[in-house]
Amino acid sequence: MSVQARELTKDYKFGFHDVDVSVFRTEKGLSPEVVAAISQHKNEPEWMLKFRLKAYEHWMKRPMPTWGADLSGIDFDDIYYYVKPAGEQSRSWDDVPESIKNTFDRLGIPQAERKFLAGVSAQYDSEVVYHNIRDDLEKLGVIFCDCDTGLREHPDIFRKYFGTVIPPNDNKFAALNSAVWSGGSFVYVPAGVKVDIPLQAYFRINSDNMGQFERTLIIAEEGSSVHYIEGCTAPNYSSDSLHSAVVELIAHKDAKIRYTTIQNWSDNVYNLVTKRAIAHERATVEWVDGNLGSKVTMKYPAIYLMGEGAHGEVLSAAFAGPGQHQDAGAKCIHVAAHTTSNIVSRSISKGTGRTSYRGHIKVYPKAHDVRINVRCDALLLDEESQSDTYPYMDVESPDVTIGHEATVSKVGEDQVFYLTSRGIDENEATALIVNGFFEPFVKELPMEYAVELNRLLALSMEGSVG
Amino acid sequence: MTEASAAAAAADLVVRGLTVSVEDKEILRGVDLCVPAGEVHALMGPNGSGKSTLAYTLSGHPKYTVTSGSAAFGGADLLALSADARARLGLFLCFQYPTAIPGVTTVNFMRAALRAQGKEMPAREFISRLNKEMASLRIDESFRARYINDGFSGGEKKRAEILQMAMLRPRLSILDETDSGLDVDALRTVANGVTRLAGPDMSVLVITHYPRILEYLKPDRVHVLHQGRVVTSGGPELADQIEREGYEPITGPVAAQAAASQRSLTGVVAEAKA
Repeated sequence: MSVQARELTKDYKFGFHDVDVSVFRTEKGLSPEVVAAISQHKNEPEWMLKFRLKAYEHWMKRPMPTWGADLSGIDFDDIYYYVKPAGEQSRSWDDVPESIKNTFDRLGIPQAERKFLAGVSAQYDSEVVYHNIRDDLEKLGVIFCDCDTGLREHPDIFRKYFGTVIPPNDNKFAALNSAVWSGGSFVYVPAGVKVDIPLQAYFRINSDNMGQFERTLIIAEEGSSVHYIEGCTAPNYSSDSLHSAVVELIAHKDAKIRYTTIQNWSDNVYNLVTKRAIAHERATVEWVDGNLGSKVTMKYPAIYLMGEGAHGEVLSAAFAGPGQHQDAGAKCIHVAAHTTSNIVSRSISKGTGRTSYRGHIKVYPKAHDVRINVRCDALLLDEESQSDTYPYMDVESPDVTIGHEATVSKVGEDQVFYLTSRGIDENEATALIVNGFFEPFVKELPMEYAVELNRLLALSMEGSVG
Repeated sequence: MTEASAAAAAADLVVRGLTVSVEDKEILRGVDLCVPAGEVHALMGPNGSGKSTLAYTLSGHPKYTVTSGSAAFGGADLLALSADARARLGLFLCFQYPTAIPGVTTVNFMRAALRAQGKEMPAREFISRLNKEMASLRIDESFRARYINDGFSGGEKKRAEILQMAMLRPRLSILDETDSGLDVDALRTVANGVTRLAGPDMSVLVITHYPRILEYLKPDRVHVLHQGRVVTSGGPELADQIEREGYEPITGPVAAQAAASQRSLTGVVAEAKA
């Protein structure tokens, strides 16, 4: 939506707009014509069209990955690759499943927010808040907009970095995203600027916040710092069965980026995300990544430690309910000397749910004085729950200290009894144990997310015992 | 009978002919025991006599299967209730080996337990009470934010148990070998904590095989459990006798003879000495 159109509809009582603008949607399935149509519809420069088409070719050639979760349920011909974000028109509240509505009720999510979360409204009613934040950011020279706007209004910075961390030929789903991407965030923080409030995708209005193929690019210049938060704990209802995002982070010398994600997709969704960061000299990159929901998630936030003294953290939590498979993990690639990384993974499987930790550590020959710590713990709630670990280590430098610890445990009868012996009922006891298990993750979240996540876990625990 | 004494009478623990198995092995073979409200009773006996089994069974641990007999507290049938319902009735088990719950802080745990028992209080009152109780048990302030029993030493765990008791104010506390693994100072602190709470509002069943803790707790009655049965009961002097002579005179061949002939044990012991 153009700035002009936004002005025109600003006074509309419900904040809805574009009532008579027809929705633009490409035909089902993917072809060079569809890719070109997307680019044309967005009025993109030539280079982006070429980029998309090249990515499309690569996607065609690349076989489906078979090393991870079962992806055989994906039908690429049965997907709309581009739907113009059309606010409330895309779906009516009546279409949202009862179970999702009930969860909103029980989580106490405000009405306006519910519609946004359910994909009924693309706009979260926070225009005023957003404007104030945007003014403050602008004074600092910080750019925070959706990726399409980034390409249009900040072409030089955008082009310099776009696709440099994750090239289209990286993997099949990065190629797919590169061909059909839309939405996502573009963040640029100038040298020395410390953004002291977390930037939340929430505040980025009039864009399709949780697009199927969103693309996020964050650049932190020398000595700057920023915390970006996307997603939310409430179930994100989607009728689309495939979500494939690409997130690229660049932390220059002495910069710090923290990227926090909480995703709770509805259980029909294949969530296949490529996230990668480059950390230059003494830079710090932290991925805080929580995955709930979805049918299958494959996501391994990566950090390339390219400059001496760079530090990487990947802190992840996954919850797999019945029928769900969370295949998540981390990659830390130590290219430079004196680099350190810390990976902490916690996962919970309930019912027939399955969690996998898949990690890749690589240390290049010249990277000396490297310290790596990996800890992954899995908790199984039922007899049929499943968890597995695939830690790959590829260490070519002799001067490396690696700590690796992995545990799989069950909610102990003795733990439950201890809590119930104090008057707490079995459901709440299990919820306490489960929340406690996620505590190292939860304590890194902003307060409102932490509270919501704990409530959500408590709801997920109901009926799990007795 | 006054109202107060009626309420007190209602908080009696009455166990009759209780037999209990663990994984098909019979551990308790007909336990009879009565702890009237407001009294302190000691349950003594050598290792393996079934003391902890009785404690767990009364508290409702699912691993213990009651095969016959009854247990009532305040007139309510304990055996028909889940562990949490028993706790809400006022039963408290002070664990011999408290379980760690990583990620759950002492503060959050205490609040959850108080809420579950309908004893919630305003945050400020809660914190001030918690601080007071911690100070009197010589528990460092840092424990508020520590995960319950996670990485606690043996003595710290026992003190944390008494702290929970002090916060929850149960009507009956069962102390399962709370004295084991405590040094003299810790034992005194813990015992003082219990003594302070024991009285008309809280009766105590203290399980131990060393009489030492009883010097502080001063039981009204002492029972000896042996091979799954209460073989004798008496006043505090029974603990003194065990201190002097050990369990052998009670549980050894002489005692077996007494049990067989249905004569009073004290009589048999006196006879044997003569």
